Amino acid sequence: MSGRPFTTLTAVALPLLRDNVNTDAIIPSREMKHVSRRGLADGLFADWRYTAVGGREADPSFVLNDPRYAGCAILLTGSNFGCGSSREHAAWALAEYGFRAIVAEGFNPIFRGNAILNGVVPIVLARAQIETLAAQVAADPVRQRVTVDLRAMQVTAPDSATMAFTLDAEPREMLLEGLDIIDLTLKRRAEIASFRSSDRQARPWAYPEAAKS
Amino acid sequence: MRGHPKTLFEKIWAAHRIAALDSATDLIAIDRILLHERTGGIALRGIAESGRKVLDTTQVFATMDHVVDTRPGRTDATLMESGREFITATREAAHATGIRLFDLGDPAQGIVHVISPERGIVLPGLTLVCPDSHTGTQGALGALAWGIGSTEAEHALATGALRARKPKTMRISISGRLAFGVTAKDLALALIGRLGAGGASGHIIEFAGEAIESLDIEARLTLCNMATELSAFSAIIAPDARALDYLWGKPHAPSGALWDSAAAYWNTLKSDEGAVFDMNLNFDACEVSPMVTWGTSPQQAISIDAHVPDLMASPRDTDESHARALTYMDLSPGTKIAGLPIGAAFIGSCTNSRISDLRRAAAILSGRKVAEGVKAICVPGSTPVKHQAEAEGLDRIFREAGFEWRESGCSMCFFSGGESFGTRQRVISSTNRNFESRQGPQTRTHLASPETVAASAIAGCIADPRRFVP
Repeated sequence: MSGRPFTTLTAVALPLLRDNVNTDAIIPSREMKHVSRRGLADGLFADWRYTAVGGREADPSFVLNDPRYAGCAILLTGSNFGCGSSREHAAWALAEYGFRAIVAEGFNPIFRGNAILNGVVPIVLARAQIETLAAQVAADPVRQRVTVDLRAMQVTAPDSATMAFTLDAEPREMLLEGLDIIDLTLKRRAEIASFRSSDRQARPWAYPEAAKS
Repeated sequence: MRGHPKTLFEKIWAAHRIAALDSATDLIAIDRILLHERTGGIALRGIAESGRKVLDTTQVFATMDHVVDTRPGRTDATLMESGREFITATREAAHATGIRLFDLGDPAQGIVHVISPERGIVLPGLTLVCPDSHTGTQGALGALAWGIGSTEAEHALATGALRARKPKTMRISISGRLAFGVTAKDLALALIGRLGAGGASGHIIEFAGEAIESLDIEARLTLCNMATELSAFSAIIAPDARALDYLWGKPHAPSGALWDSAAAYWNTLKSDEGAVFDMNLNFDACEVSPMVTWGTSPQQAISIDAHVPDLMASPRDTDESHARALTYMDLSPGTKIAGLPIGAAFIGSCTNSRISDLRRAAAILSGRKVAEGVKAICVPGSTPVKHQAEAEGLDRIFREAGFEWRESGCSMCFFSGGESFGTRQRVISSTNRNFESRQGPQTRTHLASPETVAASAIAGCIADPRRFVP
């Protein structure tokens, strides 16, 4: 699985300034209907987005349903985003809906990994910075766009102020190139095989086959 | 050992490092991959569709737990629409690849984090991953076990390794002993209340200290399970004599000379004197009382004799999250949490469904009846736990008290099985998450220990278990 390459993006940003937004809220379990990575965008934030459980009538009080945010591709949110269940469906649903970057005060580690694998850039900024972005965006979401430059590791606010963020070299490379990590690791097949063969000598008990015989 | 003193985590990480990928990320060898039908089937299907192969099928185990029906006489049919699709896809993929599957009807079937320790699949010093957030549960036996996504599971299956970001280390030292009627679950909720739901984000927690040493293995599993609710990378406890005693003779644990060589290594698996952790916290077990959550995040946990806090008394909550939680739970600040009427009681989940949990709950239920109007359900964590409980007559105690006695699975810990307690129903639950709609649309969940769930079921309202503990 690989995401689309990401270099820079200027887009409408959706402010959802809640802490601890969990993966059940991002995609409720009942919305994960098939053994598939697709068909999840309609279930994104379903409990908040629709007036009734399982229904599809938009709740106008939820920000995603505000027409001014149509086409949003950057999410602005609070701390510990993506906590809870490891379901990658949360990242799949966000990506399928069109989100390419999430700016949060912090991420749950499993969600963060899932986002990167699906071409969604996890960006950590300070709460005050996120609040500044949200306030500027809310004034005029369509015109007041936010820019994410992954190569420069910089977010540009609608008023042109810049905010630096960091991302480790490995995930940054993966996002910039849209690499398939499994292919990438399989290039190290020989290295892995040699590690396993000496490890098997050192820790035979750790290999179920050896333990059985 | 020469060189600088190492933490337990660093020892296991170093023993599995195949290569460094950048300053923070390593390629780590994976010893065990566990799968369940909810997120595992999709990983196996991904492997097949891409034409790749599972590197070593002997290291992979799969179970059916998440969407399966738990009502007696179950089949592949589920209350959840299309649940059968998850079951059959996983079964077909497991059979096609030759992976050991703990299928419905298998005497060893059960919740992944219950059966893995029970079978000795998890062992000290192993790396173990599962596309399930509560995988850190298994760190209770001294393994480095963590939750991953489905793509990462596919990666681990195909390569026998993962590209993993090295977590920071946090030691939580817990002195003293838990008081009468206070359990590992209460300790966990107290810690989450103190540190917040993101309090250990990016860290692996090593639990240490007198209180941890005195916990039995099942209690340690409960504690490590709840570290997930701190957003921890994982949790781990140094394997001691108790851990080795627990594992000895388990079906998938090594035996004979292999056991001896393993045990010699396992005895070295502890943090060295002077090892440096990124964060050190101290906690006193004696201060913990039975805990219950009032809100919609596990950090909204209070002592059973406390009142629903106002915003001032909830430093971890923002105005918005505090207000939302009060509205969702239909509570006001100042309300005493004990005495709050409940409509349902649930004992089960990878947190609290093991035989010791059921024994302690049964001790409270024995000779008593669930209050009128309370729907009470017990779901043993595995088929072996269920059989053991039945051999001890615990099922009779549960049934005679008015509990439903179910087949093993994750069940109503979440709504995945399609079964719920009902809209706006107030539930006391031995599970791990009280998120909005977690146990069904608009269901209001209060997390607590199995003892507190049993006591509350009898009282018909949230109740202090110490009134009932024999």
